[in-house]
Amino acid sequence: MMYGFTWDTATPLTYAWSILPIILIGLTVTLKAAAAGFAIALVLGLVFAMLRRSRWRSVSWTTACVVEFLRDTPLLVQLFFLYYVLPEYGLTLPAFLTGALALGLQYSAYTSEVYRGGIEAVPRGQWEAATALNMTRMQTYRDIVVPQIVPRILPAMGNYMVAMIKETPVLSVITVLDMMALANMIGERTFEYLVPLTMVGLIFLILTLICSAGLHRLQKVLPKAGIPLR
Amino acid sequence: MPWVSYLPALAQGALVTAWITLAAIAIGAVLAFVAGIARVEGGRAVSTLALCYTELFRGTSLLVQLFWFYYALPLVGISFEPVATGILVLALHVGAYGSEIVRGALTSVSVQQLEAARALNFGRMHTLIHVTLPQAIIEMLPAFGNLAIETLKLSSLVSLISIADLTFRAQSIRNLTLDSAGVYSLTLVGYFAMSLVLMLVMRLIERWARRGAAFPRAAHS
Amino acid sequence: MTEKAPAPLIQFAGVTKRFGALTVLDDFNFEVAPGEKVTLIGPSGSGKSTVLRILMTLEPFQEGRLTLAGMDYQEPGGTGPFKASERHLREIRSHVGMVFQSFNLFPHMSVMRNVAEAPVRVLGLSRDEAQARAVDLLAMVGLADKKDHFPSQLSGGQQQRVAIARALAMRPRVLLFDEPTSALDPQLVGEVLAVIGDLAHEHDLTMLLVTHEMRFAREVSDRVCFFDKGRICEQGSPEAIFTAPSHPRTCEFLASVLR
Ligand SMILES: Nc1ncnc2c1ncn2[C@@H]1O[C@H](COP(=O)(O)OP(=O)(O)OP(=O)(O)O)[C@@H](O)[C@H]1O
Ligand SMILES: [Mg+2]
Repeated sequence: MMYGFTWDTATPLTYAWSILPIILIGLTVTLKAAAAGFAIALVLGLVFAMLRRSRWRSVSWTTACVVEFLRDTPLLVQLFFLYYVLPEYGLTLPAFLTGALALGLQYSAYTSEVYRGGIEAVPRGQWEAATALNMTRMQTYRDIVVPQIVPRILPAMGNYMVAMIKETPVLSVITVLDMMALANMIGERTFEYLVPLTMVGLIFLILTLICSAGLHRLQKVLPKAGIPLR
Repeated sequence: MPWVSYLPALAQGALVTAWITLAAIAIGAVLAFVAGIARVEGGRAVSTLALCYTELFRGTSLLVQLFWFYYALPLVGISFEPVATGILVLALHVGAYGSEIVRGALTSVSVQQLEAARALNFGRMHTLIHVTLPQAIIEMLPAFGNLAIETLKLSSLVSLISIADLTFRAQSIRNLTLDSAGVYSLTLVGYFAMSLVLMLVMRLIERWARRGAAFPRAAHS
Repeated sequence: MTEKAPAPLIQFAGVTKRFGALTVLDDFNFEVAPGEKVTLIGPSGSGKSTVLRILMTLEPFQEGRLTLAGMDYQEPGGTGPFKASERHLREIRSHVGMVFQSFNLFPHMSVMRNVAEAPVRVLGLSRDEAQARAVDLLAMVGLADKKDHFPSQLSGGQQQRVAIARALAMRPRVLLFDEPTSALDPQLVGEVLAVIGDLAHEHDLTMLLVTHEMRFAREVSDRVCFFDKGRICEQGSPEAIFTAPSHPRTCEFLASVLR
C-alpha cells in the first residue's frame, strides 16, 4: 500500500501535502465502507421494524430483544465478534465486508427505530384501505407505507449516516485500510503522528459540515405527503 | 465450562470500563452544561468558542480524537496517563454531544416562562438558575440517558490506547485461548448488562426528578 | 326482496364481538341476500361500523359463525386473532370492498394510480387494462378530468368519489359504506350520494350502508336495520321503519335525527 509513496517531513505543510494522496485513497475506502454499511442498515432496519410489528408476539418480542441488544453493545466488540467468530463457522468475509456488516448491524438498531416512528405515523386508515383492496402486507409496505414515510424519515436517516461515517475509523482495527489505518501507518513510519491524524480529523470535520448543510437543504425541498407517484 | 475461567479477568476489565464511563459521564455533563449554557447565554465570543468546541468534537471521529491525544500530543510535549487521556477524550466527545442537548432544552423553555421571570424582575443569572434550568433539565434527561449508554459503548475504544478495559481483556483472553465465540459473547453480554443497569439508573433519576419537580411529562418530548 | 329470498350471501349467526371487557356485538344474527341494499342506522356506539369492519376482516370476532357466499370467515383449526390463515382472509376480501368515512386515499399517488394500483398488484391486470378501467370508473363518478391530480388537490366530495371508484375497481360482490358522507361539508354530500344512488341500481352489487342521511336511506335501500346496543332491534322496508316504527327505541332515535 505504502510502497512507491514518498513523503517530505521538512515542514508540516510539505509533509501534509506529500501524504495527502494516500489519505485521500483512505477516504474513498472510508466512504465506501460507510455506504455499504448504511445500505445494510437501511434494509435490515426496515426488516426489523416490520418484524416488530408482526402479529405473532414471539416474533415481535424476539426482534425487540435483538434490536435492543445490538443497540446497547459496542460496535468495536460486535466488530471483533464478526471478525473472529464468523470464520469459525466457515464464513470468511473480506475485512471490508465484515466491517460494513458490523456497521450495518449496529446502525440497523437505530434505523429500525426511525422506521418504526415513521410507520406509526402512517394513519391507520391507510392500512385499512390497503386491506380493503386486498393487498398483501408486503405490497402494503412497498407501495403504501414506505413511499409515505420516506420524506418523514430522511432527516433522521441522514443524521445516522453522518454518525456512521464518523465511526468508520474503528474498522481500521480489523485491517481495513481506511483513512485512519493509513494515517497510523504513516505515523509509525515517520514517528510523526500530529500531521496525519490532524488531517484525518479535518477531513472528517469537513465531511460532517458538508453533510449537515446538505441535510439542511434536503429538509427544505422534501415533499410532505410522501413520494409522489404518478 | 472454559468460559467460567474468563470471568475474573473480564470482571476486572468491566470495573475499568465502569470507572472510565462514569468519570467521562460526570466530566462530560459538566462540559455539556458549560458549553450549552455558553451557547445560549454567552456573549458573541463565548458562544462562538462554545460552538467551535461542539462542532470540533462532534465533527471529528472519536477514534481520531483518542489517537490524536494519545500519539500526537506527546510529540509536542503534552502527555497524560492513558487512563486520563481516555477519560478526558471521551468526556470532551460526549460533552460536545451533551451541549447540543442542553442548548436544545434551554431554548425550548417557553417564552411565557421567561417573560414571567422578567416581570418578576429576576436577573439573568437568577432566571437561568431558578426558572430555565430546572425546567430544562427534566427535558434533557431522556436524551442524556441515551448519551450515557452511548458513552459506555464508546468507552470500548479506549482499549485501543492500551487501557485494560473490558474490551481489552476480551482481546487478551481471545489471543490466549482462541475461543472467540465464548469470549466475545460473554463480553457483549457484559456490556449489555451494564447498559441495562445504566438505563435503569437513568430511569430512576428521571422519575425522581419529575416527582421532585411535580412536572408532568411535556407533551412534545 | 319481497319474493321468496334466495340463499343469503352474508350470514351472521350468533356472532359475539368484544373489545376487551366491552361486548359490542352480542349473539348477533343478520342475513343479507345477494344484490340486496341494506342500510344500517342507529345511535353512536351501537356497533354499526363494527359489523362492516368484521365483514372487511379489519376486526376479528370471538364467537359465532359468519359466512360469505358459503365461505366461513373462521377456519376450523385456524390460528391468530382471526382464526384463519392470511390466504383464507385474502380469499374472503376478494369479494368485499369498503368505502371509509375518511376516504383513506393514498396521498402519494395520483387519482389514476389510486384506482389502478390494486387491480395491477392484486388482480394481476396489465397496467393498460387497469388504467382503461380506471378511466371508465372515474368517468362514472364524474371525475375523468381529475385523473392526474393528487388527492390533496381534490375536495372532500371528489376524494370520496375517487374512493368509491377505487373500491369498485376491485369488482367486489359486496360493497360496504361506513358513513361515506359524514366527513363532508353539507354542500358536498349530494354529489357523493348521487354516485352511491346510481350504484344502488346495479342489480348484482350487494350493498351495506351505514349513514345518517335518512331520506337517502329511504330512497335507495331494500331494507333498513335499526341498531341498538349491538343488536338489530327492528328491521324492515324503509316505509315500515320510517313511517311506522314499532320499537320505542326506533321511534326515539328517528325523532332525534329527523328533528
Ligand atoms: N378498537 C376499539 N377498541 C375498543 N373499543 C372499540 C374499538 N372500536 C370500537 N369500539 C367500541 O365499540 C362500540 C361500537 O363501535 P362502532 O364503531 O361499531 O359504533 P357505531 O355504531 O359505528 O357508532 P358511530 O355512529 O359513532 O360510528 C363503541 O362503544 C366503541 O367505543
Ligand atoms: Mg361508526
